[in-house]
Amino acid sequence: MTTVGAPRPAATAQAAPVALAGATVARPAAPEPPRGPRRPAVRVLLWVLLIAFAAMFLYPFVWLLSASLKGRGQVFDNALWPDSPRWDNYVTVWSELPLVHWMVNSVAIALLAAVLVAVSSSLVAFGFAYFRFPLRGLLFGLVLATMMLPGAVTMIPVYLVWKELGALGTWIPLFGANLFGSAFYIFLQRQFFLGLPRELFEAARIDGASYWSMFWRIAMPLSVPSFVIVLLFEFQASWNNLQAALIYLNAGSPEDFTAPLGIAYAMTKYSPTAGGQGDYQYVMVASLLVTLPMLALFAFGQRYFIEGVATTGRKG
Amino acid sequence: MTQVVAPAAERVQRPPLRKVRYNRREALAGYLFISPWIVGFLVFTAGAMIASLVISFSSYNLATNTARPAGVDNYTGLLEDPRVATALGNTLFYALLAVPLEIAFALFLASLLANVGRGAGVFRTLFYLPRMTPVVATAAVFFLLLNGNTGAVNDFLAVFGIEGPQWLVDPAWIKPSIVLMQLWAVSGTMVIFLAALKNVPRELYEVASLDGAGRFRQFWSITLPMISGAMFFNVIVLTIAAFQVFDQAYLLFWRDQTNASPEASLFYAVYLFQKAFRQFDFGFAAAMAWLLFVIILLVTLVQTTFGNRFVYYEGDRS
Repeated sequence: MTTVGAPRPAATAQAAPVALAGATVARPAAPEPPRGPRRPAVRVLLWVLLIAFAAMFLYPFVWLLSASLKGRGQVFDNALWPDSPRWDNYVTVWSELPLVHWMVNSVAIALLAAVLVAVSSSLVAFGFAYFRFPLRGLLFGLVLATMMLPGAVTMIPVYLVWKELGALGTWIPLFGANLFGSAFYIFLQRQFFLGLPRELFEAARIDGASYWSMFWRIAMPLSVPSFVIVLLFEFQASWNNLQAALIYLNAGSPEDFTAPLGIAYAMTKYSPTAGGQGDYQYVMVASLLVTLPMLALFAFGQRYFIEGVATTGRKG
Repeated sequence: MTQVVAPAAERVQRPPLRKVRYNRREALAGYLFISPWIVGFLVFTAGAMIASLVISFSSYNLATNTARPAGVDNYTGLLEDPRVATALGNTLFYALLAVPLEIAFALFLASLLANVGRGAGVFRTLFYLPRMTPVVATAAVFFLLLNGNTGAVNDFLAVFGIEGPQWLVDPAWIKPSIVLMQLWAVSGTMVIFLAALKNVPRELYEVASLDGAGRFRQFWSITLPMISGAMFFNVIVLTIAAFQVFDQAYLLFWRDQTNASPEASLFYAVYLFQKAFRQFDFGFAAAMAWLLFVIILLVTLVQTTFGNRFVYYEGDRS
């Protein structure tokens, strides 16, 4: 019955940088009048430019595929197609690099990281969205403030925490902190929960639902779209995370590496500067294989990725 | 993003400055729900910040396992170490180069997409693909594409009769090389601009057109003001990211001992990482981190103060 501390979206929207980008799409899309310049010459130029840029953006992929099939020596020249495709590069990489280990490690870590952060952030977001409690506004302000903090500031103490817990050299530091939610995702999920009609929860309450079942059986099933965005964003972030792997796994055996650390390892191993000509085509094979899961993920969730970026500002 | 506004009736009824009575059960449940964040905040943010500050005022070396109070030694050490200045200079130069180019390129691509009606979705997806490529793979590919003698980028330039530089070897071209890689994956910024462009009311252009405003005038007087919110956001996010650039520089130059341009490729985040996790000089690295924090804070503050004079918020007309 009290409204103190009730959500003041306007104020928080100003405080949060993500909402700035969000604000630009807040307006419901009106039926679009036909766009595009009327003059044919301009339209042709537009299409030429679009196709040229599409080719430019796709070229490195084509080149990556081609380079992964080249032989030693040819990999540095810029022929778009290898003289004779060397499919055995893939066999060599398979036997020389613990690539399967890297992929399995990365998938396991990224899944754990994504699921943990999505569930914990949803819990916290529901706490901030639904319940009224003292200091709520201040605490949520702190959540937003932590988004501004560069990771470098907390990097060393966090390392010491994991060291004290005996987790160095294990995967735990790569996802452990996700158990406690993450500011950006808390913000995202809270915005979603605030959009749900409050009567829904009041009615469930009257029917005797517990707070937990309100969260788990009503709020969570309804938040699937934003939950998926959190899962995808975090999976990608985790898949990309080189620095944490360098800090926590670098000293271990290559079998324990993640995919990004593995590529860095392969770049050193096959580097032309390290041993004459180098076998850089193997690096290309590994890079290609490490990219494929992300492309598959994009094929499955491209709407979530692109709209997620458009509405929330998180650039994946 | 849906925004919920408290019903007007409720707002009127609320007496000013009344002592709030919380439902104790509800408040307790609320705290339980947010408790994961509270624990994480205390340990990994607030606690870590305090610890980081303490470490920055101590001589803490994990390699030799020694720690003693050091006063401001680490901070004066920042001034005395010429490599800190080098790293800072490189990073600033990179940010000044990268951010405007990323903004201009992303806005240009978004304008193309916004003007193309049918088929825009396909191109949007194609343009977005680089963003899905892991940074390590991007760096590995561009290592070859930017090869000064046989790389595709210089081959492309040669078509126009331009002799391309030794991108990854010539110290002057190392930072532009990394900018180029960033431009290839600029689509996150592009998507935000695209969303903003789509929200500019078409009527404005029609009216301006009737008044005789040309394309350039329309862009300058309608488009730019209307997307200034997205512009402001992109500039701030890209600047903060530019100050922390690490992955490409590390992969291309610092992963082994064969770096040909140790001065030109020394970025702030790379030097910080080396100090912390290669030399385990935690005191010095913590001081570096705080300097970075202060710089980012100041730059963001200046951008915000400056930017707020130009940003047009639709809700602000009252």
